[in-house]
Amino acid sequence: MESRILGYVDGRLKESERLDVEKHLAGCAPCRVRVHEFSAVSGLLDDLPLIEPSAEFNTRVYARVAAEPKAKASWWAWLHVSPRIAFAASMLLVMALWLGYRNGTPIAPVIPDNDQAMMQDLPVLEDHDVLQNFEPLKDLPVPSQTDDASDSQQQPQQM
Amino acid sequence: MVRTDVQLMLDVKAGDGNSFELLLQRYRTPLVNFLYRMVRNREQAEDLAQEVFLRVYRAREDYVPSAKFTTWLFRIATNLALNSVRDNRYQKLEVSIDAPVSVDAEDGDERTMDVPEKHPNIEQHLVEDARRKMIRHAIDKLPEKQRAAVLLHKYEELDYAEIAKILNCSESALKSLLFRAYEALRVELAPLVAQQARQ
Repeated sequence: MESRILGYVDGRLKESERLDVEKHLAGCAPCRVRVHEFSAVSGLLDDLPLIEPSAEFNTRVYARVAAEPKAKASWWAWLHVSPRIAFAASMLLVMALWLGYRNGTPIAPVIPDNDQAMMQDLPVLEDHDVLQNFEPLKDLPVPSQTDDASDSQQQPQQM
Repeated sequence: MVRTDVQLMLDVKAGDGNSFELLLQRYRTPLVNFLYRMVRNREQAEDLAQEVFLRVYRAREDYVPSAKFTTWLFRIATNLALNSVRDNRYQKLEVSIDAPVSVDAEDGDERTMDVPEKHPNIEQHLVEDARRKMIRHAIDKLPEKQRAAVLLHKYEELDYAEIAKILNCSESALKSLLFRAYEALRVELAPLVAQQARQ
């Protein structure tokens, strides 16, 4: 009953609970007294008037909010901050592409002469038949025993 | 169409300052009153209420409407108030006994007690004043958690589930807390309760 008296007083009980309490109160004088007393307490609490926040309240809240650091910007937020810079950057990019294609050749990276020669040899290096019969390779030293052993441990299936 | 608290808060999250202003208008009076009744000092209550709004603003980006806005708002307020009450308790121990006596008026000003000389019905005014002081004193004497429960239940009219979440307890524990609080108020206000019951 303790948990229901206050709910009964302030009218927050469900209909079925309210009927249960009323049934109990009909036969319990101490609980009836308690209901009257709690109603009186509740009425007394209503007597306290409300206060109004001061006139400067909102201004102070806004001042404190304004003093807060700005929210973290996302990586593309600079577009919003400076659309002119974004426009200028995109125009530069378009101009660079246009200049590259105007002469009929796309912009390509500059490769040094030595590297170009090596790149011409790449198909030969990938030709395994040529490499197998390549004389200079036969002069290379034979791999040591330990290397063979470790290789055979790692790859027992290869013979 | 009136926007709900959650809609307003989601708009604040999206960067709408006007929605924050609407929430401020909607809740500044209930918050200041709740905090004033908790800490019994108007200036401190306003400072705490400002802090509540500031925390709401700071949390806007992470806001997820998983609970009622009022539950979240008053949970922040209650935690701030309980901390403030505990801090004040220790500060009061250090106050000199020579400090001038003042009586806190219901309008929130800390002012010295005086008698309005030209009041048309001075006797009635004094009776009302004494009655309100007695009620305030009875609320002040409640343990902090019971006081918060009574204020949220009586003045903010939050439902039991909301108050239980704010005070971080079960609904049955809250009902027991409220019953004990009303029992204490009944005893403390016995003369007024008898008078009220006769009316």
